Amino acid sequence: MDEIVNVFIQESREQLVEMEAGLLRLEQDPSDYDNLNAIFRAAHTIKGGSGVIECSFIERFTHGVENLLDSLRNGDLAVTPDLATLLLACCDHMGSLLGVLASGAEAPDEVMQADSDALTHRVKAVIEAKQPAAATPAPLDTLLALASEPAALEIYQDGVVLNDSWHISVRFGLDVLRGGMDPLSFIRYLATLGEIIGIETLCDGMPEAAEMDPESCYMGFEIQLQTQRSKAEIEQVFDFVRDECTLHILAPHSKLTEYVEHIKALPEDSMRLGEILVRCGALTQAEVEQGLRCQRATASETEEYEDENHESGLPRLGEILVDNKVIHKEIIEAAVVKQAIVSDKKAKEARLVRVHADKLDQLIDLVGELVIAGASANLLAQKSKQSDLVEATSILSRLVENIRDSALQLRMVQIGETFNRFHRVVRDVSKELGKEIELTINGAETELDKSVVEKIGDPLMHLVRNALDHGIESAAARLANGKPACGQVSLNAYHDSGSIVIEISDDGGGLNKEKIQAKAVERGILQAGQTLSESEIVNLIFEPGFSTVEKVSNLSGRGVGMDVVRRNIQALRGAVEVASTEGQGTTFTIRLPLTLAIIDGFLVGVDKAAYVIPLDTVVECIELKDLPLGRSFLNLRGEALPFIRLRELFETKGTPPPRESIVVVQFAGRKAGIVVDQLMGEFQTVIKPLGAIFRDLRGIGGSTILGSGEVALILDVAALVYTVSQTEERQLQSSPSLSYKPAPANA
Amino acid sequence: MTLAATASKRAALPAATETTSSQYLTFSLGKEMFAVEILNVKEIIEYGNLTEIPMMPTFIRGVINLRGSVVPVIDLSARFGGKASTIGKRTCIVILEVSDQDCSSHDVGIVVDAVSEVLDIPTNEIEPAPSFGAKIRADFILGMGKVMGKFVILLNIDKILSAEEIAMLGGVAELDEAMIEALS
Repeated sequence: MDEIVNVFIQESREQLVEMEAGLLRLEQDPSDYDNLNAIFRAAHTIKGGSGVIECSFIERFTHGVENLLDSLRNGDLAVTPDLATLLLACCDHMGSLLGVLASGAEAPDEVMQADSDALTHRVKAVIEAKQPAAATPAPLDTLLALASEPAALEIYQDGVVLNDSWHISVRFGLDVLRGGMDPLSFIRYLATLGEIIGIETLCDGMPEAAEMDPESCYMGFEIQLQTQRSKAEIEQVFDFVRDECTLHILAPHSKLTEYVEHIKALPEDSMRLGEILVRCGALTQAEVEQGLRCQRATASETEEYEDENHESGLPRLGEILVDNKVIHKEIIEAAVVKQAIVSDKKAKEARLVRVHADKLDQLIDLVGELVIAGASANLLAQKSKQSDLVEATSILSRLVENIRDSALQLRMVQIGETFNRFHRVVRDVSKELGKEIELTINGAETELDKSVVEKIGDPLMHLVRNALDHGIESAAARLANGKPACGQVSLNAYHDSGSIVIEISDDGGGLNKEKIQAKAVERGILQAGQTLSESEIVNLIFEPGFSTVEKVSNLSGRGVGMDVVRRNIQALRGAVEVASTEGQGTTFTIRLPLTLAIIDGFLVGVDKAAYVIPLDTVVECIELKDLPLGRSFLNLRGEALPFIRLRELFETKGTPPPRESIVVVQFAGRKAGIVVDQLMGEFQTVIKPLGAIFRDLRGIGGSTILGSGEVALILDVAALVYTVSQTEERQLQSSPSLSYKPAPANA
Repeated sequence: MTLAATASKRAALPAATETTSSQYLTFSLGKEMFAVEILNVKEIIEYGNLTEIPMMPTFIRGVINLRGSVVPVIDLSARFGGKASTIGKRTCIVILEVSDQDCSSHDVGIVVDAVSEVLDIPTNEIEPAPSFGAKIRADFILGMGKVMGKFVILLNIDKILSAEEIAMLGGVAELDEAMIEALS
């Protein structure tokens, strides 16, 4: 495929994302004109691009959409939920059409084409329904396919200018040429509306040759147009550049004072404008003079007139010309400033570089190697006991640390982008279910590794859909329970001790614990009579093949979801938990590591093996002494701190040293101690995944390579503590008085 | 040379299969000779610097640092259901490239008692595995190669070192451990 086509597809997809976000905003706030414009521009850009790459099916379809948007923009149509749904459907369809293009197909298949036609038809129907008097087709039918608005023709008896044509004054914006618009084509098109009686070009905005940017447009025009068309129609001619140019239209027979106001409103100086207006036939010389005199008399003049207020008439021309120069200068300055802004903007755009993700990954890998190599150099330097060398390597390792941080920063992205997708999901699903649901997003600016973001989308989608489908009750049920009819679903992200926490909560009915327990027994996940804590019961929903909803909807409820969600999250070294209060709602908490590449670690030793504890989870280290035998908790300043003996858990041979230490770790608001033989200090840890073989190994999060070349294992503190507490609980439950589920044959 | 020529003649008669020969790396494990296809072998390194992984079945010896990447090391003897090999002077780790079901590949090291030589074994010198008696799961064996009148067991390393299966065994081992602990 052509590179240009690729670029088009990529850019169009971005435009579509913006368009979709815009449409969702539009539904909330239909009066936001800027937003509407942005949506229109997105559609227009896609249409333009598809024209350039000669992809007619996209162009045709988008053209229809653009028409509809244009009607909205002109206020001919009001934004209704149905219309928004239609536009969103169009937006989706444009995405599918782009997919067709990306697949290299010449044209969409029949099904897709039928969709296209159906949507185009609906779009047309909406436009036509609102404007029975369809306008005459013209080259730019988008512009003309709009309702004509009766022009506000007000004719004054007094001070009316003796001419029966429209006066149009247009100053094109600097970016008009860059936007691919040719001022001349507008004038040509204007000529098709009527007869241009007089036209004057204004190039006062033109800076000195040295400062002139050949890509900028500095032109303006004063035009006399004889036509029967309305003001709105004339305005439409300039629709494409409306945001960028200043347009003033004076109806025929306007009052002289209106002309004067008009002259004042324009950036060029009044005298010169007066001349120009005379020249292009809008006013007679006498009228101009009269106007200017009038103005002075009313003392509502601009400064330059105040300076020379003592007299009237032509003698001032010279002074005005002097002033002219001043003004010129100002204009030039303004232009220069504007130009500077433009080039600034360009520079800003240039500051964003698209980098292939593979290159970035390669860089991270290299930095990882650098960290390991640095560690081994450090070790050697310390062994050599040469203070100079030690100093040099310590400087080096500090720099390496900085490089590591900046390299990792490159991969950090805000989670907001992922979150924002859910606005659409919530909107569509709530429509489909006939529920009223509001989505709140918090912590959209929380950053995490791109590779994590990519993989968290699906699990999140599942949880949000579940919250919408099963979590939030119907409006009637909500009202009956004394809740507001509108359900709340919220997404929240924040950093917590080296991991990112994502919460998905709803204020719905919550999980029914009896039902879950009954279901678990029915499915053989649980044995009848087995007692579980509340949190354990609700977390049963993550077990494979679990779903308590009787009716399978097309959204969720097939029961394949939750265990897949948990597996996906565990694959990212994360964990998911659910907490629920019946009648008040459910909160899913996903905990993920910030990065999958490099972390700050704390190195500890047990026997000869070294283990890394993520430094973010470490709170303090204390000496282990005066322990009551057989107990696995100690008194930490009045707090009961449970601890794990790594030596026992990992069945390490050998005898413990006389002095053991406890590393106090904290995660998810809980504290625990890990008993180790020795503390070896901080260590920059490059995470090396352990591979598929160790996939089901809980408690070990990965491995890393030490300066000595040995491999050390990284402890997954949360999983470790969880495993231990589970085992202990089972032990206690399997005490003779209680039945224990699967009695293994080998036990 | 003549041997190869006669061999090819013999092969040409029954079927149109060209008598190609593949190279195999042979090694000993206990008293038995085994072979793996040379294309799977990445390198052979000295035994040492192994980091044990806790809570895993015994046939997983641990992991080593192979020039920056962490490679798991499997004790073949234990994997076949026997005792773990005792580390001797000639004990080596053979690094193999194993392809997974989804066409990706990963490196795994195996502990062998001694590496002997690289042999050419023509395809017609390979007999199908006996249905039992080899004391090794039948699906672990690709075939029996005849070398100088002796049998060498050609191993199906993709099967033996399948990440899928080992991971499952690891999970089971952990579960068993928990059960035993729970019931003790």
